[in-house]
Amino acid sequence: MSDRRQFITGLGLAGFTGLGALGVLYGAKRSWDMLPSVKAGGFTTIDIGQAQENVLNTEMWRGKPVFVLKRPKSEKANDRDIVVDGQRYMIVVGLCTHLGCIPAYYPGEVKFKCACHGGEFDSAGEVLKSPPPSPLLIPPFKIDGTKLVLGEEGPEYKKLKSAGLIG
Amino acid sequence: MAHFDKAMPFSNKWMDQRLAVNTLQKVMSTEYWIPKNINFLWAMGMILAATFGILVISGIFLLMYYVPDAGNAAAFDSVNYTIMSEVGYGWFWRHIHGVGASLVFLIIYIHMFTGIYYGSYKRGRELIWLSGMGLFIVFSAEAFSGYMLPWGQMSYWAGMVITNLFAGATPDVLGGALNFPHFVEWLRGDYVPGQAFLGRFFMLHVLLMPLVIMGLIVLHFGTLRIPHVNNQDGEEVDFEESAALWKAGRKKEAKVIPFKPVFLSKDVFVMGVYFILFFYLVFYHFEFAMDPVNFDPADPLKTPTHIYPEWYFLWSYEILRPFSKNVGLIWFAFAQGILMTLPFLDRSSNVAPANRRGLFGIWFWALLIDMITLTIMGKLPPTDPTFSMIGYIAAVTFIGLWVVLPFITMMEKPVGGKK
Repeated sequence: MSDRRQFITGLGLAGFTGLGALGVLYGAKRSWDMLPSVKAGGFTTIDIGQAQENVLNTEMWRGKPVFVLKRPKSEKANDRDIVVDGQRYMIVVGLCTHLGCIPAYYPGEVKFKCACHGGEFDSAGEVLKSPPPSPLLIPPFKIDGTKLVLGEEGPEYKKLKSAGLIG
Repeated sequence: MAHFDKAMPFSNKWMDQRLAVNTLQKVMSTEYWIPKNINFLWAMGMILAATFGILVISGIFLLMYYVPDAGNAAAFDSVNYTIMSEVGYGWFWRHIHGVGASLVFLIIYIHMFTGIYYGSYKRGRELIWLSGMGLFIVFSAEAFSGYMLPWGQMSYWAGMVITNLFAGATPDVLGGALNFPHFVEWLRGDYVPGQAFLGRFFMLHVLLMPLVIMGLIVLHFGTLRIPHVNNQDGEEVDFEESAALWKAGRKKEAKVIPFKPVFLSKDVFVMGVYFILFFYLVFYHFEFAMDPVNFDPADPLKTPTHIYPEWYFLWSYEILRPFSKNVGLIWFAFAQGILMTLPFLDRSSNVAPANRRGLFGIWFWALLIDMITLTIMGKLPPTDPTFSMIGYIAAVTFIGLWVVLPFITMMEKPVGGKK
């Protein structure tokens, strides 16, 4: 076979095989994507009207715990506070921003402590002690009276997000 | 060659004409030469192969009843109820599998440190080291994915913590180039570890990883065939000359023995001792491989008060823990990869036991003690400041040891080993 013919044959073979391989890779990537049914279950409505001061409530959203804490009056107001019905709340995903363990709340000390790697957060979700690199994450929410739709981005959430305060 | 002499079907001659069985037998065993000058530590490879075989067999029996279903604690019950109390001898397979997974790492570490001590990773043996480290990494993935399957509290939370490592560094590092927030959700197929996660780790554990391990074991044996195994003095043996002596019947003068039957008989003896320990643990102390926390079904709303990996991951976990997230991630990645580079970081041409190599001897024992310290500290809760400090110092020492390795080996004087 001439060099030219060998080159063209090789190019054609490699080209088609490469195309096929790319297609298979894309298919493999897509089959690991989140299923539509999993994505559709991503909205949860909670009512926080009955929350008591300094008592932690844990809700479940997208399989993750969501902390709802009516902040004690004694604690300093924080820009991250979510005001519902005139009351200041901390509403965050209850997973440490380090590697995702659930921090436990100590109402007496008004702080969260993570048992996995020793991180600590205050009652606004701000980091008190490393290794967590950022405050507890505020999930997308929409306020509707004393109800909150988690997973939907309402105007208050968008304001916090554009101010870079969600986490 | 397509001419076949008449021969009795399945006789040696008949088989040899079709499959070259006699040549194969010679190359792989009866004329695969092993130096005489070795000790029981050279039997660890066969022990690992045998343990892997036992893990495969016990795994096949567990696979018949295991249900990879994350809902309603179905996976948890298939292990803890069906296999443990309904299936005849189900407990036996499970305890073999759990104890085997733990012991395989003990032997891997002994095998690794034997290689480091005697310098069996250079002068033609680099690929042995690299394929072996490849096996170590794939065995780690295999152990981790298997640990997910009972879907208990430790399975779930270990899955949560380890997959979160793949979210990368926070956006403030390198303009967010090392930040992959959606990668974690893609990896899990869900916002948290759930059905998709369990299904894919099940597949990895029972099919893909074992296939890769088998392929790598073949490669590992292959890389060993030409350079041959090292010996206690790092002596460069003339295998052809010695083999000729052995074949001429001058066995005392030969420095080598054939793998089969001579060395194999020693391997089998060491394996016998090992399996006494193995089955003692399986029957009387299986609980060391069974974490009590994992006997609670997975609960996404409750983290166990203290999360720690199995003992064989503790040293690298402790390198992650004392630092802030980004720094910890970098050093964790460093710890995973650095052992691979040993043949290239060791700049000395000496192949000799560490205790004859001056500073390298100190380096070897420092590394061993440091990794044991990291292992112990990794198991303790993160709250005690003294232990946190010891863990921090040990982590920094680990990094430092690898930084100084090229320099101390560069200064090393040639060792006049036994010739």
